[in-house]
Amino acid sequence: MTPHDTGPAGAPPRLALRDITVRFGGLTALESVSVTVPAGSVVGIMGPNGAGKTTLFNVVCGVYKPTSGSVEIDGRAVRPRTHNLTGLGISRSLQGLGLFGGQSVLDNVVAGLQVETKHSFFEELLALPRATRSEREKKERAMATLASLGIDAYAAALPDTLPYAIRKKVSIARALVSKPSLLLLDEPAGGLGHEEIEELATLIRSIPGNGCSVVLVEHHVDLVMSVCDSIAVLDFGKLIAQGTPAEVSANPAVTEAYLGVDAA
Amino acid sequence: MTGIMSSRTTVIIGVVGLIAVIGLTFVLEPFRNYQLATIAAYLCAVAGLTMLTGVNGQLSLGHAALMACGAYCYAFTANGLAEQEIEGPVLLIVPIIAAVVGATVLGLVIGLAAARLHGPYLAGVTLAFVIALPAVTSRFSDVFGGDQGLWITVERRPEFLAGRGGTEMFQAWVAIACAAVVVVLLRNLMRSNFGRQMRAVRDNEVAAALAGINVARTKVIAFTVSSAAAGIGGAVMAFMTQSASPGAFNLFISLFLLMAAVIGGIGTLYGALWGSILLVVLPDVIGSITRGLSLSPEVAQRLDGNLAVGLFGAVMVLVVIVAPFGIQGLVRKAGHQIRSRGSLQSAPHPK
Ligand SMILES: Nc1ncnc2c1ncn2[C@@H]1O[C@H](COP(=O)(O)OP(=O)(O)O)[C@@H](O)[C@H]1O
Ligand SMILES: [Mg+2]
Repeated sequence: MTPHDTGPAGAPPRLALRDITVRFGGLTALESVSVTVPAGSVVGIMGPNGAGKTTLFNVVCGVYKPTSGSVEIDGRAVRPRTHNLTGLGISRSLQGLGLFGGQSVLDNVVAGLQVETKHSFFEELLALPRATRSEREKKERAMATLASLGIDAYAAALPDTLPYAIRKKVSIARALVSKPSLLLLDEPAGGLGHEEIEELATLIRSIPGNGCSVVLVEHHVDLVMSVCDSIAVLDFGKLIAQGTPAEVSANPAVTEAYLGVDAA
Repeated sequence: MTGIMSSRTTVIIGVVGLIAVIGLTFVLEPFRNYQLATIAAYLCAVAGLTMLTGVNGQLSLGHAALMACGAYCYAFTANGLAEQEIEGPVLLIVPIIAAVVGATVLGLVIGLAAARLHGPYLAGVTLAFVIALPAVTSRFSDVFGGDQGLWITVERRPEFLAGRGGTEMFQAWVAIACAAVVVVLLRNLMRSNFGRQMRAVRDNEVAAALAGINVARTKVIAFTVSSAAAGIGGAVMAFMTQSASPGAFNLFISLFLLMAAVIGGIGTLYGALWGSILLVVLPDVIGSITRGLSLSPEVAQRLDGNLAVGLFGAVMVLVVIVAPFGIQGLVRKAGHQIRSRGSLQSAPHPK
């Protein structure tokens, strides 16, 4: 249908949402929404507050079960289970921060490496070499990720003691540390200043270079327009437009529902 | 928070402390050795509880029931072995293992129910177990011995100890050995990836799940491990008192364990140690003060017991207000100050 349905070599899309409907009691948060994310692309999801963007992520992550519709990963229908996502190569950063407040920055990022845990509970109970070695290796990897984002100096700090922009980076570091092949970012620019958003844009653009697809939920129109290959626009749970940034910004329905509101 | 004390430092402190305490048992009078053993028994349970509540965020008011489970499993096994005329280390070790197994199974059952509950609901369910305990023991009194409980045939002190410290010294050794094993294993867990999982679940369940942590499994395992620790504590109590009865593991004990964990410094094993010491020392101090006041027998009787509960409550409120990280928090702060003063002195003075 759209040129984004399949990858360049005809490979199945990294992620495909087919006719997803989510109802909370009487409220329809999503109505028959279909979105495809080809491998190695950056897909933006825009829409006013309450449009259903976070709900869409929650469906992908198995936090909510859709009332109807299916989730496909690499062409196969799956019933996502939240704690198995990183095993499927999917990472997500939460809207806001979602950090572990009682743990250091380093520990927050190491927590993102659960999928690398190969030893058993009893090896941890007895502090056997495999368990302690794995801990050390994870810490090294997490430090490398922190360094790549330029925040390794804060490794020992508690998140609450740090400026918001750095905490935001920590939450992205936790999502990136497992080297995902699909990254879901929920409003990563929320609460950031102009320069920090520029930096974030550079970071997001660099991610597909590592063979990773990105889904970006964002309010910040300039950011979405500048980093995304394609954009889907939600309004009151309905998909009102889909296409390249140029197509979407030229769409009168979008201007009315979203950009219009923004301009007013 | 990590790395404040290196792994090697804590190991050295642990080993030196252990040797010092064992040495202490040679000089203490029997009654003090018995108190030392009581501290160690409490430490098993408080350490497990502080991990569950402080590290994993699950509140349990049922740990006295889990101690009781350990004590009764110890009693059944020890009496069964004694009937077969089995003695020696077997009569000590096998009942303790039985206590661990029993408390682990009960903990697993409660933990499975608890994994879906939060805060007050979880506290309520665990509370129910403590409240139900006397009813269970009197309903099945031919098994549990009713309110009186069971007398236990325990392994006597080894021959070579005769004439030295006697029974109480042996009791202290057994209790300290059990507490040491519990503390070392819990410390391993708290520093491992499982420790990180427990803290992540405590801090943010959704983020923990997204990071790949099975939230329900983590909670169930934490509850089970914590129960096993409480079971060992109960077994040691049973061994020391040569009895297992519902009265020894009532709601007050559950509250005392929780208060000990909070006052000592919730979520830390050092804190569990400080709290357990207070559990034994504070009532003792209160007792000698009230005795010194030469109160009328009636007033003294009314104060007895109640005063300890009231004072513990007051201390806990005070700690929550002035030192939210408990005694261990104060110890750490003092350590920092001493160290930073030391480094200031050793730093070269600018000329
Ligand atoms: N768990 C829930 N229960 C009830 N309503 C919900 C729930 N989660 C989201 N909603 C509702 O669904 C709609 C979409 O929410 P959301 O996906 O968070 O919007 P946004 O696009 O701002 O991320 C909102 O009206 C919200 O109130
Ligand atoms: Mg949202």
